Amino acid sequence: MAEPAKKLPNIVISETLCKGCSICVDFCPTNVLELRGNVVAVKNLEACTRCQLCDLRCPDFAIQVF
Amino acid sequence: MSTAVAVKKDKAPFDYNKYLRPNKLPHIWCPGCGHGIVLKAMLRAIDASGLSKDQICMVSGIGCSSRTPGYVDFNTLHTLHGRAMAYATGVKLAKPSLKVIVITGDGDALAIGGNHFIHTCRRNIDMTVLVYSNAIYGMTGGQYSPTTPQGANATTSRYGNIEPVFDCCELAKASGATFVARGTAYHCQELEKIIFEAVQHKGTSVVEILDQCPTYYGRQNKYKSVTEMMEKIEKDGTVSVKQADKLPPEKLQGKLLRGVLHKIERPEYCEQYKKFIIGKAQGK
Ligand code: SF4
Ligand code: SF4
Ligand code: SF4
Repeated sequence: MAEPAKKLPNIVISETLCKGCSICVDFCPTNVLELRGNVVAVKNLEACTRCQLCDLRCPDFAIQVF
Repeated sequence: MSTAVAVKKDKAPFDYNKYLRPNKLPHIWCPGCGHGIVLKAMLRAIDASGLSKDQICMVSGIGCSSRTPGYVDFNTLHTLHGRAMAYATGVKLAKPSLKVIVITGDGDALAIGGNHFIHTCRRNIDMTVLVYSNAIYGMTGGQYSPTTPQGANATTSRYGNIEPVFDCCELAKASGATFVARGTAYHCQELEKIIFEAVQHKGTSVVEILDQCPTYYGRQNKYKSVTEMMEKIEKDGTVSVKQADKLPPEKLQGKLLRGVLHKIERPEYCEQYKKFIIGKAQGK
């Protein structure tokens, strides 16, 4: 039986605020994020558990997940 | 289909903008500096405390951490190096209804402002002192501070620092502070709870917050990344007081305790002043 389509998390990144420190990338428990140049980007949205640890530890108000 | 980790229900992200001055971001702190993480934990703690923005007066000295009041929409004072607690004492005595929060760093609070720090604690005047402790003077170029570990490098200790450190929490406790705690930027949710408790406390509450200065401390001490600093200094370098009792002494060697370390009740300075000085001066 087909599963109902899972609603994917929203990860909102501010490219003007992100300083590319990599804290969110390195501490994400499910390896969702990566750095592209000097800005963080999403590489595996499906794996995101919406734990919001990336937001909690981002020093720059640059990432939000909901 | 089963996913490895359960996806939580939507939880709205915390709205920091409610407490920030508009158009002040990005802040001046370097990439990976821990001060932004601490600022966010503090704003969540203040939000949980239910205090209005006008009830708070935030006072800072000089240093990277002391730039915090520039970003927040409270009553704010950016004062002189080491003197934040002296100004804060004046504010609190003039208007005891304000919730006074001091933002300071290890150099600002424990070296240049060392006297103000111990005497604030001794008086037990009602204020919360948040010491952003990154073991270095960041703003002035990476000089060693009273919390720079022995052997560590700084701009002014090229061959390794030979001075023993101040334990900020022990100093606060011995000086008379009635609430003393330690947190880290890494343990940001625990930190939020600690700051919340510190703000609720009546009397001088001191929280030492271990955070990272990748630009000076990190680079001069050969840390490869901010993450490595957070893991080695904040995560592996500390133990929660709740776990410490269960661990053998060798596991506690060289680690700093996190959590609320000291909490007692003692008469508060402004109340004593009102009771014993103001009444007499007015001939009552
Ligand atoms: S919410 Fe959690 S799982 Fe999702 S990207 Fe952020 S840290 Fe990773
Ligand atoms: S923690 Fe924040 S500033 Fe650092 S890379 Fe992630 S989003 Fe950018
Ligand atoms: S110099 Fe150090 S403490 Fe100052 S903003 Fe940069 S990283 Fe932070």
